[in-house]
Amino acid sequence: MTGVVGWGGLATSLALVVVAAGVSLWQRLGLERQILWASARALVQLLLVGGLLALLLAPNTSLWWSWAWIAVMIAYSGDVVRRRAPEVPRLGPLAVAAFAAAALITLGVVFGLRIFPLQARTVVPIAGMMIGNSMTATVLVARRLVDELRDKRDEVEARLALGQSSRQAATPYVRVALRSAVTPQIETTKATGLVFLPGAMTGLILAGVAPVQAVLVQAVVMFLILAAVATTTVVVVLGLVRRLFTADHRLTTLSRHTG
Amino acid sequence: MSGGALFAFEDVVVDRDGVLALNGFTAVVPNTGITAVFGPSGSGKSTMLRLCDRLEVATAGRVLYRGLDVTELDPLQLRRQVGMCMQRPTPFPGTVADNLLVADPQADESKMQEALEQVSLQGSWLDRDATALSGGEAQRMCLARTLITQPDVLLLDEPTSAVDVTAARTIESAVRELADASLAVLWVSHDPAQVHRIADHILEVDHGRCVGGGPIMRDDPRSGGVGL
Repeated sequence: MTGVVGWGGLATSLALVVVAAGVSLWQRLGLERQILWASARALVQLLLVGGLLALLLAPNTSLWWSWAWIAVMIAYSGDVVRRRAPEVPRLGPLAVAAFAAAALITLGVVFGLRIFPLQARTVVPIAGMMIGNSMTATVLVARRLVDELRDKRDEVEARLALGQSSRQAATPYVRVALRSAVTPQIETTKATGLVFLPGAMTGLILAGVAPVQAVLVQAVVMFLILAAVATTTVVVVLGLVRRLFTADHRLTTLSRHTG
Repeated sequence: MSGGALFAFEDVVVDRDGVLALNGFTAVVPNTGITAVFGPSGSGKSTMLRLCDRLEVATAGRVLYRGLDVTELDPLQLRRQVGMCMQRPTPFPGTVADNLLVADPQADESKMQEALEQVSLQGSWLDRDATALSGGEAQRMCLARTLITQPDVLLLDEPTSAVDVTAARTIESAVRELADASLAVLWVSHDPAQVHRIADHILEVDHGRCVGGGPIMRDDPRSGGVGL
């Protein structure tokens, strides 16, 4: 058995969704509809993506379609980030720029240095993992920076009043925000293999790939995600500093998250 | 008229989303001594002070510093010349020395000790944790942090409102000495007794307008100034 799942296996796995809905019913959480809707939506999205990937991976399909796919992923992720942190002004375009910068750097290293061959079957999933895993950190860093500057406004303005530029005045709060966003990824990287087996490796092993080969792929993916998280978060905070301060070094009014 | 003044406000309006913090504020701040900006809470005193340091900008009208429109000056240069101390103490994380070095990265130990002594703090306090100081000590440290930049003007936004009486008097006498040594001071206060103790001039602010002002009349009835 290679771990290939058939339609019957998929149908049987729906029993696990029933378990989750059952827990909700038992504990009167009122989440049954959401669990069923989320599961159905995920299934439809995955089937659609699978269909599109099959087209992309077809032998005669140009690699440009893969890059176009990545561009759409980046644009969509920017919108998701914007909706998850509505209190951060004009975050969407900044997140898009951050994901694009991270894609350029990380994919440049991975494919430019020939760690993976540049093919549709490698470039699309790797870009997907890079962007998907950077989204949470992007939201976290943006929110944290806005929280820091808003809650410590007196302190920030005291720095400005001493003649510091907005960039200098923001530096301590930028560091706090970056640390808070990057640290979870560092912890995840440290715990890999000991506490949990990451998705890419698990998928490869289930698909019958030799464990050592799966480990090598996973290690590259982990490092890629680490670099992507560091890159996206730093681009976002540096961009935000320019937006949260005026050109004449004043801190703008910052709203509070009410969600 | 405004050329000899420290600050001149010409029909200044500050509109914050439809709320007028200043509404046609016109006043002249003299170039010497301590000028108290006096008025009830919410009258626009702090806004007026923030305009001087360009932490805020006027929606309409002009603010002149020594005859020059503040919007035409480099804000960083302006803020080095016009030092400001906030209402609540704002110690930065680190030691007292770390705080002073934020203001003047080139300052040596003797310059830092001198700044502390100007506000009646001991020079030996440089290694103390700034965030562990009491409210009054922290406010004096913040004042020393502003003074180490050697400003031409000192803006104080109710600097004694969050400290005890003893610390308040220490700050008052320290600022008095600085003013007597020719540092121009603009001091926001809502306490008439304090204004009477410290001020040489007064600007009365109410509902976003300057409603009176002039030299303070104390015991000398011939001074012809404003009584409190």
